[in-house]
Amino acid sequence: MSVLAYGVAAWIFCVGIYGAIISRNLIHLAVCLSVAQSSTYILLLAIGYRNHATAPIFKGFENRTKAVDPVVQALTLTDIVVSVTVIALILALALDAHEAANTVDPDELVGMRG
Amino acid sequence: MRRQRARGLLALPALGGLGALLAWGFSGLSPFGHFHGFYGQLLNAIALPQRHTTNTVAAVTFDYRGIDTLGEEFILFTAVIGVVLLLRKAGRATPRDVAQDVVSSQASRYFGVIGAGLVLLVGLWLAAFGYVTPGGGFQGGVVIASGIAVVFLACGYRAWLRVSNEEVLDPLEGTGAGGFVALGLAALIAGAPFLHNLFGPGKAGTLFSGGSIAIANWAVALEVAAANLVLYAEFLEQYVMTLVRDTGDE
Repeated sequence: MSVLAYGVAAWIFCVGIYGAIISRNLIHLAVCLSVAQSSTYILLLAIGYRNHATAPIFKGFENRTKAVDPVVQALTLTDIVVSVTVIALILALALDAHEAANTVDPDELVGMRG
Repeated sequence: MRRQRARGLLALPALGGLGALLAWGFSGLSPFGHFHGFYGQLLNAIALPQRHTTNTVAAVTFDYRGIDTLGEEFILFTAVIGVVLLLRKAGRATPRDVAQDVVSSQASRYFGVIGAGLVLLVGLWLAAFGYVTPGGGFQGGVVIASGIAVVFLACGYRAWLRVSNEEVLDPLEGTGAGGFVALGLAALIAGAPFLHNLFGPGKAGTLFSGGSIAIANWAVALEVAAANLVLYAEFLEQYVMTLVRDTGDE
């Protein structure tokens, strides 16, 4: 049980990287990237978890209640929102590449045209 | 196919290195459920007495690590600028282009608009009480944007054009990003460090708590909501333009 969360994070990361390596479609590549990135959320939250602790929100709780780490949670929440916009940027680039070369296969995006 | 296999072989040494690095990194982690990071525990203990903020995550995001959030906010801002630069060059879709907007039934329009209002309300609540109960500007902003996106789903593209006016959204996004910086600069002008919490801590557990955290929270909510709406608008426009092009070909 104790290694499950870390194992899931590592597994999701590897699945994302594997997908990125074999990808033959820029949109698929962007999805693989976001899968690989999702592993960081699980890893961060798993690291900050403490047994029998509450969320680090003390409305209606004693401040002395044992709580999980708030820093990794703050990192995760900004990470999620920022990743969405960055994926949007990558998809816009894919659209642009499709317009220029009429393909979304990275292997066919070779050579330059003036 | 051959190229793909070559790529797989090329990746093998790098993957081996990555695997070793992962194993080394994971072996150094503290066992699950037994994290004793001093920084987080310290913040859990002092955020409420110092800032009267009951949501420690919000206190970390908007105060103790405010400069980090400022950076994150500008990643978001820059990414949206990039999308706009890439997608806006291809001419605009006007209401005339979408003359044959998909007409949805009266019932789905009514329920859609009610649903949009409800989601919007949840988003505003998440943002407003972000530093008191679970929530915050980032989450609230995303939900607010989703609520407005429901208008497109329920009422079609023409209604969407009316609620996603870029001449309103672009300045709002800039205001959100600039507001955070202005808050930091205001602290400098007052003779304190950048992003120092300027205002009194207020009463814990109410909206009047946390001092500057409330302002930073709303700046981020505005920025995130406007940024997401700009993204939706740009990609929806691309989609509608392909429809226009397709019907033009026939």
